[in-house]
Amino acid sequence: MYQLTKVNKKFPGVHALKNVDFFIGRGEIVGLVGENGAGKSTLMKIIYGAHQPDTGTIEIDGKTIRFQNSRQAMDYGIGMLFQEQSLITNLTVMENIFLGFELQFSNFGVINWKSMAKAAQYQLKKVNLNIDPSTVTSRLSFAQRQLVELAKVLTLEERIDGDLVILLDEPTSVLAQEEVQLLFELVRQLTNRVSFIFVSHRLDEVLELSDRIYVMKDGEVVDTVKGDKADIDDIQRKMVGRDIDKEYYREYRQKSYDQSKKLVSFNAVSVAEQFYDISFDLRAGEVVSFVGTEGSGREAILRTVFGLNNPTGGQFLVKDSPYSTGTVREAVQRGIGYVPRERKVEGIVNGMNVYENMTLSQLSSYSNKGILRVGEEKRLAENWVEKLSIKTPSVEKDCGGLSGGNQQKVVLAKWRSGGSDVILLDHPTRGLDIGAKEDVYEMVRDMCEDGAGIILVADTLEEAIGLSHTIYVLKDGRFQKCFDGSTGDKPSLYDLVHYMI
Amino acid sequence: MAITEASGGIISSLKLSRRNTLIKWAPLLVLVVLIAFFSLIEPRFFSVRNFARIFTAASPSLMVAVGVTFIIIMGSIDLSMEGTISVCAVSFAFCFMALGGTLASWAWLSLPFALVIGAIMGALNGLIHVKLKIPSFMASLAMGFVGTGLAMVMTGGDRIRIEDEFFRGLLTERILNFPLMVYVAVLFLLVAWVIQSYTILGRNFYAVGGGEELAIASGVDVDRVRIMGFMLAGIFFSVGALLAVGRIGIAETATGNNFMFLSITAVVVGGTALWGGIGGVWNTLVGVLVVFVIGNGMVVIGLPGYTQDGVLGLLVIIAVILSTDRKSISFVK
Repeated sequence: MYQLTKVNKKFPGVHALKNVDFFIGRGEIVGLVGENGAGKSTLMKIIYGAHQPDTGTIEIDGKTIRFQNSRQAMDYGIGMLFQEQSLITNLTVMENIFLGFELQFSNFGVINWKSMAKAAQYQLKKVNLNIDPSTVTSRLSFAQRQLVELAKVLTLEERIDGDLVILLDEPTSVLAQEEVQLLFELVRQLTNRVSFIFVSHRLDEVLELSDRIYVMKDGEVVDTVKGDKADIDDIQRKMVGRDIDKEYYREYRQKSYDQSKKLVSFNAVSVAEQFYDISFDLRAGEVVSFVGTEGSGREAILRTVFGLNNPTGGQFLVKDSPYSTGTVREAVQRGIGYVPRERKVEGIVNGMNVYENMTLSQLSSYSNKGILRVGEEKRLAENWVEKLSIKTPSVEKDCGGLSGGNQQKVVLAKWRSGGSDVILLDHPTRGLDIGAKEDVYEMVRDMCEDGAGIILVADTLEEAIGLSHTIYVLKDGRFQKCFDGSTGDKPSLYDLVHYMI
Repeated sequence: MAITEASGGIISSLKLSRRNTLIKWAPLLVLVVLIAFFSLIEPRFFSVRNFARIFTAASPSLMVAVGVTFIIIMGSIDLSMEGTISVCAVSFAFCFMALGGTLASWAWLSLPFALVIGAIMGALNGLIHVKLKIPSFMASLAMGFVGTGLAMVMTGGDRIRIEDEFFRGLLTERILNFPLMVYVAVLFLLVAWVIQSYTILGRNFYAVGGGEELAIASGVDVDRVRIMGFMLAGIFFSVGALLAVGRIGIAETATGNNFMFLSITAVVVGGTALWGGIGGVWNTLVGVLVVFVIGNGMVVIGLPGYTQDGVLGLLVIIAVILSTDRKSISFVK
């Protein structure tokens, strides 16, 4: 009934969807799996109308349509259950359920709360949730909120004649095992009226629930498998199956590291609710990377090293001594530099120019009693602009106007020029084009040669494998397996994925 | 494909930079147009005498506006100026009279004393904002009322006249037709510019306003920067208070009146962005002059003075509209 044919979508620099065909029948549950960046979320956004395809058609019951926005998609019976909970927590359950559709309960603009409560009660019954609809949402558990969201989407049943399609984006990520089972049961019951598209990182759940599974990779649908004939290993292989180009990651420049010089060491460190009992050492010249799915605790480890989280257990040493205050200020002073994922937000200060951004973390080295030596700052910046071939007309140019790759170089220059020898890279190549990515890889090797240690949370698994000396696989905040990434002995993608999911 | 995309990028960045250039120079352009406009209607407007009058009237406000500029660059706001000015003016006057009542005696000590009072008021303001985590607009507004009340308690509602001829020399002594207080204001403006451009503190104001998270992640002690910022603002408010007392020769609770609207209007009209990170003391100078040229010009061409406030209110809205890139802001609270 709902069909996409030869859908293409391009964003600047990325061909996000390539000739994607997608079909979902009445009452069917379809799974959608793929790595990060495979195009799942773009496909979903097209399905519920948040994006419009560049080419290709959308048909419902054989009729071609085009949505301008997700509200229009809702009018055709397409609803979305968001991954991040989309309820407004300071409103009551019923207000959330009918947010944007209050008109039906109002007389001359005054809401009849009784009739809204009654209607909300009816919706909650559909999801077997027995709570007072006038409860404030923040008082519910995550599982309850998830059900309220489902109830909210199910109001489409009353509003729309005909069939519904509901997208479930990682609906189980906040649920406990038995809650997952309850949700699945509910989903199965609802299939008399509703078709579901189920997106999850947890392959076993996808297999359990889905009638059919679409496997995506690099913006393409690489396979469709029947749910009862699917095999986890087979799907995993299809999700990742790619060759690694050794040149690309500058593997020939990967040198062995200095065993004797420990920069950072974790001994059974835990941060409550983030990760538990993690141990590793980072030595001079080494690249250590953490891989795992979103929420596996990899970012939390970076944040801990940078003093943003404080360990709740275990022993954490930087250059053989623990933090005394456990603040970012101390981390920076102890030589730790952080290159964050959201460059635009956390990496560079918009409105400040190149040299001001570079010296922000080390102003005291360029000043006497609080008065800056601007000339020296500029010379330092010019030096690094040349060293890293940063493309900018001058060091006085506003950093916000540089390309992503050049902004990234400014951030790296900031830490390296200040003498940081532990560099934390959080998705350092996200959103960069290929040339800029290679520059970043080149810089990673340079830093190692200079004796710095790098902790990496890579954008892709290949990147982690290609760059790292040592790879730790995490799952749900716990250590799974450690791989040696020496040249010529690197693990395969498949080895890693196996422990991630 | 790649070529068209690239050229598209260049064109849009050209457009962007043209827009930025326009925004950068718009306030100065407005000032020039206003001066030309009033001069055409009333040639007497364009005279050294009249400019001296404008500058004299603007000097205290300039100091207050410069102080609040630092706070607005940080993305916060300081509304305590009226109370701080009153307290500084009154404390100065008491101290001045007690120590002899003339600058030629030890009473000159009351000048630095007033600045210290301003610094204390500002630091208190900053401490309340940062340590108790109260939004700056609320903390400073409350501190402003505390200041006004305090000044009232100190004076009991009385006015204190300062008739010392040396101190009044701020107004009466002229160099090249401009009274001494104009030069004092210019001197402090230069000090503010040095702080803004050549000190760690000044650089950190921009860092906090442009990206507070990042400033923290670069090891900047943001709390300290904020408190120092409010303290610095307090000192400049105090300079404004001294000039205000010098101009009319009276210190009283009402000395602080009207400074809040004037100074914030001036900062915004000058092109300093309310969300922080953009602008500076030169913008504020232009903004203050725009505000005072309008005030003076309207009187000179014969419009009633009270239309001024309405015009200034409209001007603020226009200035914010012009300087805001609404596409990049999805919600305004």
